Amino acid sequence: MSQSLLELRNVSMSFGGMRVNDDISFSIGKGERVALIGPNGAGKTTLVNVISGDLTPSQGAVHLAGVDVTALPISDRVDAGLVRTFQITRLFKSLTVAQNVALAVMQRKGLTSNIFSSPIDRPDVRREWERALGTLGIAHLADRQVSQLAYGQQRLLDLAIGLALEPKVLLLDEPAAGVPSEESSKIIEAIDRLPSDIAVLMIEHDMDLVFRFARRVLVLANGKLIFQGDPREVTHHQEVRRAYLGSYADARHAS
Amino acid sequence: MTDRILVNGVSAPRFSVPLELRAVAITLALGALGYTLFPDDLAFLTRLISITLLVLSLDLVTGYCGVATLGHAAIYGVSAYVVGNACLAGHSDPLLLLLVGAVAGALMGLVSGALVTRFRGLPQLVLSIAVGQLIAALANKLSSVTGGSDGLSGISPGRLFGIYAFDMYGRTGYVFSVAVLMVVFVVLLRIVHSPFGLLCQAIKDDSLRARMIGARVYPRLVLMYGLSGVVGGIGGALNAINTGVVGLDSIGFERSAEALVMLVLGGAGSLWGALIGSIVFQVFEHYVSAANPFHWMTMVGALLIAVVLFAPKGLVSLGGLLAGRATYVMRRRP
Repeated sequence: MSQSLLELRNVSMSFGGMRVNDDISFSIGKGERVALIGPNGAGKTTLVNVISGDLTPSQGAVHLAGVDVTALPISDRVDAGLVRTFQITRLFKSLTVAQNVALAVMQRKGLTSNIFSSPIDRPDVRREWERALGTLGIAHLADRQVSQLAYGQQRLLDLAIGLALEPKVLLLDEPAAGVPSEESSKIIEAIDRLPSDIAVLMIEHDMDLVFRFARRVLVLANGKLIFQGDPREVTHHQEVRRAYLGSYADARHAS
Repeated sequence: MTDRILVNGVSAPRFSVPLELRAVAITLALGALGYTLFPDDLAFLTRLISITLLVLSLDLVTGYCGVATLGHAAIYGVSAYVVGNACLAGHSDPLLLLLVGAVAGALMGLVSGALVTRFRGLPQLVLSIAVGQLIAALANKLSSVTGGSDGLSGISPGRLFGIYAFDMYGRTGYVFSVAVLMVVFVVLLRIVHSPFGLLCQAIKDDSLRARMIGARVYPRLVLMYGLSGVVGGIGGALNAINTGVVGLDSIGFERSAEALVMLVLGGAGSLWGALIGSIVFQVFEHYVSAANPFHWMTMVGALLIAVVLFAPKGLVSLGGLLAGRATYVMRRRP
């Protein structure tokens, strides 16, 4: 691992008496591809919310490129290059597809305090949102209202917004969940083509995708990190098999 | 794909010069139409324009930012009182008074925005009412400045450009008001289609998502409130300049609620909606209250119910549908 881009130090998150994340530490370096897996209710999305700044951890610290960002608001983390997508898509429904991505581009370029100009057709902005849409194969939908998109297309757009923000650390919360196979293959291709220097943490249930994507796997169960290491080893790990993989691991192990 | 843009004319995706020209042409045409229809009642029309500015101002925060407020008349009223006092103090140039109103409105907008946009949903709504009531109560109590329940009177603005006096028929006032509305409308079109305007709509759609693209939500909302204050303040200034009096009715809860009703009627989240809603409501009110002074509120209620049932996105969505249908029919022709 070269330079650590994202580091969690003893992060715990409790809601009332319920400890959803328990003393979690790991770090992700430049260019790493890491998958976060675990059974439903293991605390994966909570952990992503803590990292992205939507939740403040009860204990512990989140470091971004060596800087403690635990107390920083979401927007400052985005400026520092921490970008996430959502398990259930969250898009700007009254805007067009192009406007959704262009807004992200303009926000990154510091153009959103501009109250008079015609934004989207600025050549430098246009080039970027067209490229982001093109990467995900939805450039032809640019003028559509988001409310007119199919769910799979919305997932692609969610990822396009993420790419347009030019992340250093990208958190993908089940990017291919609930997406028809045609679109999910586009999502997987786009993930494969992500710039090689960014660090990616992906929550995913689809183990085929995990094995294809990740060089390292983190396993969360009951809020605890019970395994981190090589994906090939995860299936042999007794505790993981008990907690999560069940018959899938046995089947894969046997084959 | 263009037809889709027309169907959703509510938020035309791209800003272009023709849009501005169209706005100029339409406001001028409406101005001329008003003059033709009500040549003897220009006072009604200038009042209508002044309220239209309040509704446009409300649209900026409610329609474009999703801020629920029932205290927006505070901006309008405070500005009207400040302008009235400025004029009584001898600063009677109409353009200067307009500027004074805009500044007063901006300050009032920034202050109420800083309070109200801290919250979301019902607490926000209640807070907006509280701010509005507080200002209205102050206006009533501070009678040395506001004239209390008697109001301020004797406001007589000077000549426009030093040439055109505000005549008793209200011609100068009317032309002045139409011109102000036109300029404000065109500037607002630019603002709502600017990156800042788009970001405000994005915040309305999903403020967490907006944060997740790096937006600072609160300062944006306060800024939009300030801009909204400028527009509402100009409306209040026109009211003071044209009528020569400022009363408690221009600051109270009813004025705020009525503005919201006009906005919903026309279609929140669209400047055209705000324009259409305030014109339709006030013209309807004007005719119906004259025809039937006892039951006109019932009729207004019935109109609103009909609109909410059949065009929940406001009258402007009907216009959009018609335009879309027309394009569709034309395209089908060989």
